[in-house]
Amino acid sequence: MTEIVATNQTILVVGGGISGMTAALEAAECGKQVVLVEKEASLGGRVSQLYRYFPKLCHPTCGLEINLRRLKSNPRIRVVTLAEVTGLTGKAGDYTATVRVSPRYVNENCTACGACGDAVSSEVANTFNYSLNKSKAAYLPHAMAFPQRYVLDPSIIGTAEAEKAKAACKYDAVDLGMQEETLSLKVGAVVWATGWKPYDANRIQPYGYDRFANVITSVEFERLADPHGPTGGKLLRPSDGKEAKNVAFIQCAGSRDENHLRHCSRICCMASLKQTNYVREKGGENARSTVYYIDIRAIDRFEDFYQKVLADPQVKFVKSKVAKIVEDAKTGDVVLHGVDTEGYHRYANAHDLCVLAVGMEPSVKGMDIPAEIIADSSGFLEINSATAGVFGAGCATNALDVNRAVQGATAAALRAIQVVNRVARAEG
Amino acid sequence: MSDLNAQAVAKYRTNFLKEVEERVEEGEWVKMCMQCGVCSGSCPLGPYWAHPPQEIFMMIRAGRRDEVLTSDSMWMCTSCYNCIVRCPRKLPITHIMHGLANYAHRLGLAPKNQPTRVFATLFWNNLIRTGRVNELKLSLALYFKDGFKQGIQNALNMQKTGLGLMKAKRLNPFELFSGHGCKDKKGIAAMLKKAREIEASRKHFAN
Repeated sequence: MTEIVATNQTILVVGGGISGMTAALEAAECGKQVVLVEKEASLGGRVSQLYRYFPKLCHPTCGLEINLRRLKSNPRIRVVTLAEVTGLTGKAGDYTATVRVSPRYVNENCTACGACGDAVSSEVANTFNYSLNKSKAAYLPHAMAFPQRYVLDPSIIGTAEAEKAKAACKYDAVDLGMQEETLSLKVGAVVWATGWKPYDANRIQPYGYDRFANVITSVEFERLADPHGPTGGKLLRPSDGKEAKNVAFIQCAGSRDENHLRHCSRICCMASLKQTNYVREKGGENARSTVYYIDIRAIDRFEDFYQKVLADPQVKFVKSKVAKIVEDAKTGDVVLHGVDTEGYHRYANAHDLCVLAVGMEPSVKGMDIPAEIIADSSGFLEINSATAGVFGAGCATNALDVNRAVQGATAAALRAIQVVNRVARAEG
Repeated sequence: MSDLNAQAVAKYRTNFLKEVEERVEEGEWVKMCMQCGVCSGSCPLGPYWAHPPQEIFMMIRAGRRDEVLTSDSMWMCTSCYNCIVRCPRKLPITHIMHGLANYAHRLGLAPKNQPTRVFATLFWNNLIRTGRVNELKLSLALYFKDGFKQGIQNALNMQKTGLGLMKAKRLNPFELFSGHGCKDKKGIAAMLKKAREIEASRKHFAN
């Protein structure tokens, strides 16, 4: 049974991505007690799945490492993974949160030696790599996973595979008897940082994401570029494993579209401009990128980055939202059809690989969130001034880049601190 | 220049966008276009248009009145609705195209021998006479649109189909002489007159 000490001076942070981690750390470093609840088996969220950040093109692993060190050295944060908040009742300063914790089947004894992973043979889709490849059914979520502990996939529980994993463990860390638990936590304030999910590209019918192997999403492209990804950092296209040297990027794939997401997702322009750098980095001088766009929204200081990409002779810009994609059945190439806005020329351009810069959909959309929390027309959270004990942070509140998400998370932590400070004063 | 056209020119001068917004069906949507080009790329007849919808919207904003209204582009629309379904801003593009075509026709600027325009005119004149479309007269009129000789040729080419239809009792040759109408012909005429009046006052045709 998971033991967690929480009082109405405790801050509950929902979501352990970059925003949730930041909010939790800021609050804890101000001396507050924090419970950080994460749905996945490890912290880091979508940021840990990126290859590089824009605009500096440094690796997210660096920032993640700093945050994890802060986390490990702070005794005031309690991290609960594989856990989801299913209910929230009460009022500011006096909430009760219901948290459902799924079994990991691996306890704290785990040293991440990997013996269980070697022992089992069945495989499951590797969701960290957006299911582009498979991992063993006993796995470490990713190289920098925190907690650094293996997970057994529920699909092998009750089979001989699970027994193999248990037998292989020298530290008695595999516990097949673990059950789902429901915790009830008393907390004073809540920071809701459940982040975002990539828009379901299957719904953009004319682009054929569901039909053509070489149409992929921008988040999948990040995994291809990452040395820890399914292709070891090579831009190999899914259909035949050929190296992609002629890559198309389609902007606003789902965003700014009344039929899909109403809002501008804000990060996709910069993400694609960044990814043209991957194409050049991996493919050398013969590699070419083509960006199909409505207008490039490289906001404020990112304009410099855009100008740099604009000056790159290996990158071409076509001002047009692509109307449809067809596949050349013989070569597997994708052919993009449309009409450009600068001269109204009809084009049909063949590319090795097409990357859809998919929009950001708030993770809270369609989720059973407590009634106290209100959302705008796109499903992003807004502060409910009537209750004001639950604060959104990061991409749960808006389409944000990492920089702005972290700023918002710090602001949310400050608001949460004010609530628990009020409680502390009242309690003397 | 027709009176209506001269009137419009005098009224709106160089503000063609305003003219379209006030007088063309769904014209108030034109300013919402963000020039992404999905409509033009999605149009199955796109390659045959002189100006795709996206370009027409930009031409309207640029005040290129004569080029737009005398264009045959919007007459190429087959109402497949691909553009409406895909438009990220939900512009009723098909309806705007029909609205523009209709307005150009009304002002007497539409290309005279554009086949869609000829057919639409024949259809409408045929319909309002009795309140019912007389299919035989309509198709014969269409055969003869390019002159008497070509009309005879067309009729001969379609002879077999016509006889087949007659056998299947889908075509009555006596319709050529009188044809059956609807019960209240006067009522229909009154209704159409009223509709014209309402349209004229809504779209500021009177002044």
